Amino acid sequence: MTTARIRVDHVTRVEGHGNIVVNVTDGVVEKCEWQVPEAPRFFESMVRGRHYSEVARITSRICGICSIGHTLASIKATEDALGIEVSEQSWKLRELIKHAENFDSHVLHINILAAPDLLGAPSVFPLVATHGEVVARALRLKRLGHEWGSLIGGRTTHPMSIVPGGMAEVPTTKELTQLRERLLAAVPELEATVATVLALAPNVPAFDRPTEYVALSNDKDYALYDGDIQSVLPDGTKQRYPVADYKQVTNEFVVPQSTAKYTKNKLDSYAAGALARFNNNYDKLHPEAKKVAEALGIQPICTNPYMNTVAQAVEIVSDVYESVGLLDELIANGVELEPLVEPTKFGSGAGATEVPRGILFHEYAYDDEGMCLGGNCIIPTNQNHNNIQHDFDKLVPELVAQDKSEKEMELALEMLVRSYDPCISCSTHYLDVKFVR
Amino acid sequence: MSKPKVAFFDFTCCEGCQIEFTNYGDAAFLELLNHVDVVEFREAMSEKTTEPIDIAFVEGSFSREADRARLESIRERAAIVIAYGQCSASGGINALKNHQSDYKQFVYGADAEQPQLDSQKAQPISAAIKVDYSAYGCPVNKYEVLQIVAHLLHGKEPVIPNYPVCVECKRRETVCRYDEADHCLGMVARAGCAAPCPAYGVPCEACRGFVDHPNVPALEKVLVERAGFSQKRAADKALMFNANDLEALS
Repeated sequence: MTTARIRVDHVTRVEGHGNIVVNVTDGVVEKCEWQVPEAPRFFESMVRGRHYSEVARITSRICGICSIGHTLASIKATEDALGIEVSEQSWKLRELIKHAENFDSHVLHINILAAPDLLGAPSVFPLVATHGEVVARALRLKRLGHEWGSLIGGRTTHPMSIVPGGMAEVPTTKELTQLRERLLAAVPELEATVATVLALAPNVPAFDRPTEYVALSNDKDYALYDGDIQSVLPDGTKQRYPVADYKQVTNEFVVPQSTAKYTKNKLDSYAAGALARFNNNYDKLHPEAKKVAEALGIQPICTNPYMNTVAQAVEIVSDVYESVGLLDELIANGVELEPLVEPTKFGSGAGATEVPRGILFHEYAYDDEGMCLGGNCIIPTNQNHNNIQHDFDKLVPELVAQDKSEKEMELALEMLVRSYDPCISCSTHYLDVKFVR
Repeated sequence: MSKPKVAFFDFTCCEGCQIEFTNYGDAAFLELLNHVDVVEFREAMSEKTTEPIDIAFVEGSFSREADRARLESIRERAAIVIAYGQCSASGGINALKNHQSDYKQFVYGADAEQPQLDSQKAQPISAAIKVDYSAYGCPVNKYEVLQIVAHLLHGKEPVIPNYPVCVECKRRETVCRYDEADHCLGMVARAGCAAPCPAYGVPCEACRGFVDHPNVPALEKVLVERAGFSQKRAADKALMFNANDLEALS
């Protein structure tokens, strides 16, 4: 009979701090917890009294990996509150940088954070000697993602040029043409990455737990930058909600083992992220990405959380091809610096965008001087914590029944956490704040 | 001679400065690994060490008393401690809550007193341990970081600019934000970033902190007279990344 005392303080190769605590005695699971001890940071409070032009610059700092997404969600919420509608050019440039972030983050996760598990290594550093070409390719693709995002946003960690009302600076048509060439030139490296994922796919653990999947969705494309909220249940039932009603979906609550709040909607928990997007929006996926999904053996509705990393591989292909399409449109129209759209009112507004780890909500209220009265940010990893806990609750008894050793159980749990690519330092949370006007 | 042992640690922060380390591309990154051994880096590797470290990069603010012991153990093991990024060097953005008394209640409401939600004033790590050098910025300038490492590997003192961002705008011929009907903190902000923000059409927020002896009253005067700010907005403007320094200066 299995007896295990697992205590992983600060899971490695994830962004932020999370612990795994599992006690099993003679085959009986006594404790099984996913804990989040990240230091809370209080961003929703910090934005009070700041001018609307500064708010995204502050909330971008919630997360170093998804700072583009935080900037965009923040600015969309502010623009909603201020009655601003941006130009088609600004919209397209923002879609383009959204793809850059998704690509950049997924390349990092697939190659640097997740792959070592599948290759039996503790990190990417020993792989420099054993799988040098894989590491070099990952770093080249990472740099491509970084320079692609930097061309639009000025830099990828806390981008500068995306501002309420549009874009403060735009790339030249020539620079966009060069980016298009670079993206197409990267296709062989993408194919090689997909081949690596395919070779490692047999090492992805077999585990299924049907759950609810929540992502943005629209009728036009594989919604990354914009859409309504959509939920899909394991039986394929879909429901859409306007972004303004996001609290009807998130239903946040505080639990003792976590500084981050948990969420739930129709079932005990729900998942956000690449797999949730894939399960919600498969029919809108670019044909080239669909081919890759087929080759990798992933189809909706996939209920194995470990397959999130595989869904990310599908998405990096989608990001490149979708961006080539966007670049064709931008280049054909010619890009020029436009004046920023001015506010038409000051009130409350909400915005959502998909970040690499899933759906992200921001909401703010402004006074008549354009100064912020308070904010609310609900981060995808916070929406996944509850789902991770429910995965643990199903997985641990299964591992015990399979007579796995303590070490094997520990690795399976760490790999599960890593498959969500959690971004725990996004520790911002909110209760029922009444914005006092 | 064996390669110097380098380790990364993180406290209250977004970990974006660590991410900058993955943005050099293959050539520079793999070359760096020829000169240093990375022995601990939780965000990127599972290996851990209890051995002495030559250079410790410490990211994030000191915002919980519970973190003091971990900081002290890093200091004991490390020959050189670098405050890596603005959260670590000055408290950074995290200190923007320091002047508020109700931030816990605002975010957590009735749950604010639950023990896991403990938080105190966000401070630089130098409030807990001795810091040898600082890599400023939110995020750090990744090329400046390479220079700091190169200087240390050669036994030289890293050179950190102590002149304002305005110098760098002039150098790259960026039109002044005040001439574009905007505002800016560049005249009191520590340079070393190559002034990317004004070049991208947005004001400098002094994310690398102030130069030594900033003339804050003059800054406020310029914000009021040239950017049309209210006195209160002018006084609060530089809080975003410099709340601890403004408190110390007042």
